[in-house]
Amino acid sequence: MFGFEALDLARFQFAFTVIFHIVFPAFSIGLASYLAVLNGLHLITGREAYMRVFNYWKTIFAVGFGMGVVSGIVMSYQFGTNWAVFSDKTGPVLGPMLGYEVLSAFFLEAGFLGVMLFGRERVGPKLHFLATAMVALGTFFSAFWILSVNSWMQTPAGYTLNEAGQFVPENWLEVIFNPSFPYRLVHMLLASYLTTALVVGAVGAWHVLRDRSNDSARLMLSMSVWMLLFTAPLQILAGDAHGLNTLEHQPAKVAAMEGHYEGHPEGGAPLILFGIPDDEAETVHYAVEIPYLSSLILTHDLTSPLKGLKDFPKEDRPPAEIVFWSFRVMVALGFAMLFLGLWGTWARMRGRLYDSPLLHKAQILMGPAGFVSVVAGWITTEVGRQPFTVYGLLRTAESASPIDTPAVASSLIAFVVVYFAVFGAGTFYMLRLMGKAPECASDDDIEGPLVGLAPTTPVTGHVPAGE
Amino acid sequence: MELDLPFIWAGLIATAVLIYVLLDGFDLGVGILFPLIRGERNRDLAMNTVAPVWDGNETWLILGGGGLFAVFPLAYGVVMSALYAPITAMLLALIFRGVAFEFRWRTRRGKFLWDWAFFGGSIMAAFAQGIALGALVQGIEVADRVYAGGYWDWLTPFSLMTGVALVIGYALLGAGWLILKTEDAVQIMARNIAWLLGPLFLMMMGLVSLITPFLEPVYFERWFNGPTAIFSFIVPFLVLVAAWHLFTGLNDLDDARPFLATASMFILAFIGLGLSFYPYIVPPSITIWDAAGPDISLGFLLVGTAVLLPLILGYTAYAYWVFRGKVKAGEGYH
Repeated sequence: MFGFEALDLARFQFAFTVIFHIVFPAFSIGLASYLAVLNGLHLITGREAYMRVFNYWKTIFAVGFGMGVVSGIVMSYQFGTNWAVFSDKTGPVLGPMLGYEVLSAFFLEAGFLGVMLFGRERVGPKLHFLATAMVALGTFFSAFWILSVNSWMQTPAGYTLNEAGQFVPENWLEVIFNPSFPYRLVHMLLASYLTTALVVGAVGAWHVLRDRSNDSARLMLSMSVWMLLFTAPLQILAGDAHGLNTLEHQPAKVAAMEGHYEGHPEGGAPLILFGIPDDEAETVHYAVEIPYLSSLILTHDLTSPLKGLKDFPKEDRPPAEIVFWSFRVMVALGFAMLFLGLWGTWARMRGRLYDSPLLHKAQILMGPAGFVSVVAGWITTEVGRQPFTVYGLLRTAESASPIDTPAVASSLIAFVVVYFAVFGAGTFYMLRLMGKAPECASDDDIEGPLVGLAPTTPVTGHVPAGE
Repeated sequence: MELDLPFIWAGLIATAVLIYVLLDGFDLGVGILFPLIRGERNRDLAMNTVAPVWDGNETWLILGGGGLFAVFPLAYGVVMSALYAPITAMLLALIFRGVAFEFRWRTRRGKFLWDWAFFGGSIMAAFAQGIALGALVQGIEVADRVYAGGYWDWLTPFSLMTGVALVIGYALLGAGWLILKTEDAVQIMARNIAWLLGPLFLMMMGLVSLITPFLEPVYFERWFNGPTAIFSFIVPFLVLVAAWHLFTGLNDLDDARPFLATASMFILAFIGLGLSFYPYIVPPSITIWDAAGPDISLGFLLVGTAVLLPLILGYTAYAYWVFRGKVKAGEGYH
């Protein structure tokens, strides 16, 4: 009884800390690459606007990255504090991969971050670009390893079990490049780029709305639209491929995402657009269905058999009530991003990219969409993995530390309070930085008489703080 | 020839932890001394001595945790469960002081709050680390591959003492760092406080060293019987040599010697600890060979470490070199 409660709290604590954490890396993976691109373009073209935009986002990056680091340290210790049995059993497989993440990624980021933030005057533009590129490379390596770890938990491969019940690697290539890893890596990297593009686009749009002559803001807006145009369709293709892969390896997860309680041995499964899944009654209430479409999307034909949740023992099913919805949120936002990219491109073709207030407002509205869909996507894949930590092999209930309920409860409360206070403040500071108009070219290429009145007050209405 | 991988890894992880203690030690130390630094300009200056490097310093802590998970998964699970409260406290404290580096520049009205977060987080993290160390030295109860003790086992007079000792030690290291990296008011403050912290740290080190051998029979054997007893003379003697350098360095107004001497004291304390512990990783029951993962895991990560660790040391040294010399007011990008 009590052990069960501690387990719930430990799960909630992990979910809470990891959701807070993922938001920062999702942003900094994309932003680090964006900074490297800006720095590189400035180095090649010598155009000042690139460096101004670089400096603008560098400060925001520093705040976000700091929060990513400290929330990440928590993750690296939480495996042990709350999930000691999981750590003991999976350590031989997952530990070395996390070790590689620290060695190849974290040190690279941290080592060059100081030079990137503080060192331009000391090392010169070329080494400064190199440092920026190294930080970006570090974020990429980090994504590579952590997604390999996560994918192994979803689709374990290349291991045997020893007498202590530990997973022991047999073939490292099979472990690292486990069946779902390539799909998940591509999907997550694209998600990071989209997230960053949406934020940059929203900030650009915000300031173009206020002062359409601000060339830095225009540059942000323009780059964001290009990025969305290419990345959003790619992401939809990648998501589709990832879904096919999940169907092959984790059919129960897909059944939960689709809300299919009944199996469809002859294919022809309808797509349930909306409805309220009920795991107790094993049905979707008020389902709005499109005939045959689910089979078409999932198997790309109409006759392949599809399993439903009822084809799995009840104790092995993920909770469809959560997964069904988180999946829909992610997909809907994905298509909204595609639409936004097309809209922006259409405006660009008509030469009205900077004169479309409605587009700019939509871009601002979509600014946080990347974060929401990243979190929704992670909920889909992680809750969809339940009730296992290592899919099909190690149950979540058998992974926890022997810690009493009060201990887990008090640490959970502490994490919730601290995270909301600290990361709430950090998010506020980041928004305030984004509310500050980017510096723009001083006189020559600016039209209109209102130049001197370009807003410098931040949107929050507070007095600008810091330097 | 078969390599003894657990032994090599024990050495590597011990080295990572030592590097962590030395590097994050001085930047936590700067945080601990923060309230003593008067005036906003001086505080900015002190913070800027560590701002470009703190992140890299803390990465060694992640390597310590991640490395333990990778190589000694049993020890990782047991130690983290046993030290649940102090580890959680340390993580929360590190959050506060970590974000303070950026946050305090982002607000004028709230700056004092983040100054306090920097101080509070630093001293709390140091204290929690010291407690965790003391609790580990005392020994951890294990049954059937999991922690078998209670939630409050980590809290004893001894662990509180090691907690205080580490706070004092980090503060001294921080003072040494400030003497090295600053001039004028901050440097003078750091020198004055080092005169106070130096003797205190020596006293605490002595106290902990005297009690430790009586906590476990193994430790007693190590220090008072057999061939290793010789270290009972060598290590304290070297500590006294380091202390002499510390005080003469302070007296001669030398910039580098107080920091180097304190760092040496830390290294010696660490060696002493290693002498007590070996071959255990979780005293008194789990040795490094019990806790080690399979050779295929240890070997795989060792290959990468052999390539990457020298690179890491190289570019870390480069980053320190880029920011070498005294920190001047108004530097930094904020």
